[in-house]
Amino acid sequence: MDTFVQQLINGLNIGAIYALIALGYTMVYGILRLINFAHGDVYMVGAFAGYFIALSLGLAAAPSFLSLALILLASMIIAALVGMIIERFAYRPVRKYSRMTTLIMAIGVSLLIENLFVARIGAAPRAFPDFLGSQSQLPYRLFGNAAISKAQIVIFLVSIALMLILQWIVYKTKVGTAMRAVSFNLNSAKLMGINTDAIISLTFAIGSALAAAGGVLTAQYNPNIDPLMGILTGLKAFVAAVLGGIGNIPGAVLGGLLIGAAETFVVGYGQNIGIASTYRDAVAFAILILVLLIRPSGLLGSTVQEKV
Amino acid sequence: MKRTLFAVLSITTLFFSFACERRGDVASGAGTGPIVVGYYGDLSGRTSSFGQSTKNGVEMAADEINKAGGINGRQVQILTEDDQGEPNKAATVVTKLINQDKVVALLGEVASSNTLAAAPKAQEAKVPMISPSSTNATVTQVGDYIFRVCFIDPFQGEVMAKFSANNLKAKRAAILYDFNSDYSRGLYQVFKRSFTTLGGQVVAEKSYTQGDRDFSGQLTSIRAANPDVIYVPGYYGEVGVISNQTKQLGIKAPLLGGDGWDAPQLWQLGGASLNGNYISNHYSVDDPSPAIQKFVGDFKGRYGVQPDALAALGYDAMKVLADAIKRAGTTENTKLRDAIAQTKDFPGVTGKITIDKDRNAVKPAVVLKLQDGRFVYATTISPEGSTPVASSTASPAGAASPAQ
Repeated sequence: MDTFVQQLINGLNIGAIYALIALGYTMVYGILRLINFAHGDVYMVGAFAGYFIALSLGLAAAPSFLSLALILLASMIIAALVGMIIERFAYRPVRKYSRMTTLIMAIGVSLLIENLFVARIGAAPRAFPDFLGSQSQLPYRLFGNAAISKAQIVIFLVSIALMLILQWIVYKTKVGTAMRAVSFNLNSAKLMGINTDAIISLTFAIGSALAAAGGVLTAQYNPNIDPLMGILTGLKAFVAAVLGGIGNIPGAVLGGLLIGAAETFVVGYGQNIGIASTYRDAVAFAILILVLLIRPSGLLGSTVQEKV
Repeated sequence: MKRTLFAVLSITTLFFSFACERRGDVASGAGTGPIVVGYYGDLSGRTSSFGQSTKNGVEMAADEINKAGGINGRQVQILTEDDQGEPNKAATVVTKLINQDKVVALLGEVASSNTLAAAPKAQEAKVPMISPSSTNATVTQVGDYIFRVCFIDPFQGEVMAKFSANNLKAKRAAILYDFNSDYSRGLYQVFKRSFTTLGGQVVAEKSYTQGDRDFSGQLTSIRAANPDVIYVPGYYGEVGVISNQTKQLGIKAPLLGGDGWDAPQLWQLGGASLNGNYISNHYSVDDPSPAIQKFVGDFKGRYGVQPDALAALGYDAMKVLADAIKRAGTTENTKLRDAIAQTKDFPGVTGKITIDKDRNAVKPAVVLKLQDGRFVYATTISPEGSTPVASSTASPAGAASPAQ
């Protein structure tokens, strides 16, 4: 029993990170019908922004909650700017062409960011500073052997807080209403006097900031960061968004948690039913194929016909 | 004009190659000229610290031999070639050392892939080659002129199985290995076999793949199996994180690994969570035995740095070669090959070296304990049928680098 609970904690912990990234995919898809394949790389940029800020300010030497909060905030702002720059200079100029052009552009931007980072700082993994002292601290015991570490608690609390803030922005503020209007119909929204370019830019900024938060938080649990860390994690978060119903915000969170739990349970219990732990990555993509075959709109997605 | 220049160049080249050839003839003949030994390694490429370290060890050994009167009255001369860490260049420079410089024997390389590229050339020309530190099992399978003075990868699995069962008194072991790495799988299989033979039980076997970022699923299953030790024969990048997450799950069983852990980045990734874990390695600079301490002192006096495992293995390779030439009484290739093959209980700084029928060194490995950013000497473990090395008491130690 304690092992099961532990695996659930592990799975939801990775799932929370996937959910944060999946939110960015789903929001951008919601307003532009674009799969932003560079989103996984924004997650990586966020982690590296945190890393370099920590090094340059010397915060790694004085680990504390406060410095982690500072790093988290700073890297979210930097990633938001990066997201806005990508949207302004890569997607906006080609938005008027077919959706395929924007998709190819997204793949191009993704490869460009990865290779720029490899060229500038090398592909060798770097160690993110440990702000929570998790390298030397025992976890908090729940019952039996089940335990939760400080890093895991921080990941859960911060992701829940960020998701609540997002929910508040989207449903309780004026820009949120504008975002929903743009997502409903871009041209009508424009006719209603909404500055759609600004709203799209803001959506990229929010999505990118959430991804950066995911990057910094995950580095507290797994300090190994490298320029290609966003590829697989980004793809799994994308699957999470599709599973939950792409374009649907609660769906992205649900999808992220489910994917995280699914892959952890494959590692933990897969061999009892003949699936080796090396299949963990295959599981996410098997889920993608199953969702597309059985319920293309995802778990919480609406079945409304796509507007042409 | 161009043609004249070409002609002049060709003649000059011819002249020089003749000159080299003549010197080579004198060297390899039965006369009293120097014994010419070729060393090739990476002196300017990505792994140049490996090549430079080994070269320092080889040269120090040669100087010691020469100061003591040489081998059977003849001095040793080392000719060095830089292969820039590239396999095709390694093959080229070895061909040059053999055909042009007429070396009697070759020493090199560190990286197994470079040694594997060069070894066929040496085998074809029937020039004995001793690799100081290539641990891949296939290296010496190239032919009967290829030897090594380091242990091979699977031996580390055996060492850690013995250490767990005998020193840590472990009964239950869990294994977490890198599914896509030949090195890791090799160590895992040998560990499992040896540990079971010694009466232990392998209670969980889990794998990951290089680049994985989360190991909590595997580690939770391992924790449920309640092992005394966890064997993780991977590379430092993943191991640092595994160690960290082991701690975060509250697992107290120590992690055990091999020379793949030995890199400064390990400490950045794993930090304090690494304390109390153990690895197997080639040698330890603070092994208290007088022979090792003399070597470490001399090396520091000469180069100003601590000798890493590669320097020690380079030193031993040269000494083993010199010993074989001495016993053979000649540098004639078949006799020299046989003499190297007959090396038995040679007292090297990396342990007593015996060459087995597969031309690999049968020798002890050291076990090091990880403590506050350092590898502390714990014990020495000998292979089956070899005489144990005298040194055994624990003492603080610096790091020894892995052979590639």
